[in-house]
Amino acid sequence: MGATALRNGPSPVPAPIDSIVEVRGISKTYGNVEALRGIDLDFPRGKLTSLLGPSGCGKTTLLKIIAGLTRADGGTVAINGKRVSAPGPERAFVFQDFALMPWATVTRNVAFGLELRGTNKAEREETAHRYIAEVGLAGFEDKYPHELSGGMRQRVGLARALSVDADVLLLDEPFSAVDEQNRRKFQEDLIRLRTNQNKTFIFVTHSIEEAVYISDRIVLLSPRPGRVSQIIEPEIDRSGDPERIHRDRHYLDTVEEIWQGLKQYVE
Amino acid sequence: MTLFGYRVPMMASLLVWCVVWEIVGRLDLVFMLPPFSEVLAAAVDLVQTPSWQSATVTTLRAFAMGMVLSIVIGVPLGILMGRVKIADDLLGMWVNIFSSAPLSAIVPVLMILFGFGEKTIVAAVFLFAIWIIVLDTRAGVRHISPSLIEMARSYGASRPALYTKILVWAALPEILAGIRLGLIRGVKGVVIGQLLVAIVGYGALFETFSRNFRMAEFWALTIILFAFALLVAELIERAEAKVEYYAGARQ
Repeated sequence: MGATALRNGPSPVPAPIDSIVEVRGISKTYGNVEALRGIDLDFPRGKLTSLLGPSGCGKTTLLKIIAGLTRADGGTVAINGKRVSAPGPERAFVFQDFALMPWATVTRNVAFGLELRGTNKAEREETAHRYIAEVGLAGFEDKYPHELSGGMRQRVGLARALSVDADVLLLDEPFSAVDEQNRRKFQEDLIRLRTNQNKTFIFVTHSIEEAVYISDRIVLLSPRPGRVSQIIEPEIDRSGDPERIHRDRHYLDTVEEIWQGLKQYVE
Repeated sequence: MTLFGYRVPMMASLLVWCVVWEIVGRLDLVFMLPPFSEVLAAAVDLVQTPSWQSATVTTLRAFAMGMVLSIVIGVPLGILMGRVKIADDLLGMWVNIFSSAPLSAIVPVLMILFGFGEKTIVAAVFLFAIWIIVLDTRAGVRHISPSLIEMARSYGASRPALYTKILVWAALPEILAGIRLGLIRGVKGVVIGQLLVAIVGYGALFETFSRNFRMAEFWALTIILFAFALLVAELIERAEAKVEYYAGARQ
């Protein structure tokens, strides 16, 4: 297979050594549309796994089931070996449309998860300020969301997810409402953040380039019904300059390979 | 508005109508309409009389009580209807009927229920004001982006926290708009209630003035009432503008 370790065909996939999230036999039907059928997946600890697929493949539904926001019709989700069916403190969600409270400052938005947990004000604001700086928004602590650009708003969303210190970060197409230049910068920052934070990321995207650029592992979903069609582990060295990755031969080959696989679903 | 290239201030049109009123009044065409200056003079005299002062206290108190009741009941009811489908199905029809029905017709019934006193007036204010508050609150809750609610859930919000920290705030612009419209309708309610009961507050004054053809005082009282309604609406609008500050940026 050269550049990529490639596993064909449907699940089950051999379990990685240490998986933090285990999805077993998840299915979901909306009315008479079968969104997901028999999904078995393992998400390795400390890695960034992307759920990639054309629209209608159920990738966001799967992410929301893992988050406990949507109920599955069948199957189980386990985090750290414990079955879950509702949101919990070991998971944090980053929303496609940011989902910030427009009436609250950046600090309060970032600290909101801690506020709901009853952390006292001084402590949670200190934590919030630390993560606001971490995502590159120092100086914007007292601004309101509408005073920020789309990219900055999503950084607030990311800081909020980081500040609750969850093991798993669930990101639902976080850059799709962000303009192109900001998206590139954001992706680079995410690679850096991943190395520093030692968290598990599950990332939903419809962009092949984005998935290959940032992921340790890409789960390709096929639509109607949503099923796992392929799992790809791009072997790209991300230690150096993030700019370099875009010209990396493995990167380009993997993008091409995935595109060939997905082509059949595009009308 | 500009006239011959000059910018005319907003109040100018009001001034024009005051002048027209003054001229028509001085022509003595209809006894209903004394000159505007006479009305103003009557207003100055009126506010100094004990009967006006006590009527104002009575009216304001009934108005305030009716409004507080309709906000305290209307906002939670609107939130309930916005969130719970069964509540919406059960109550939606009635709220819509009452919000557009000619409520003045019901005030005499209130009189039978609550007697010839303050209770009837409070009930009238409540009846006039509450429906638009319910409807606007419901609309506001309906418009909240689902992801904001998912956000609260995913970060562990309890049910009470979801309501007090997210829903009420996210729907605040619509709630305030409902309260502003409710206040204006409430003024209507207090006047109609008092007119029908006729022995309380402004109703008694209106009754006295019109029965004795004291038109200057009659118009003075009317103007005071209009000014009050506009002032209250203006105050709420200020609060709304503050809320717009963030609401304008809602996704």
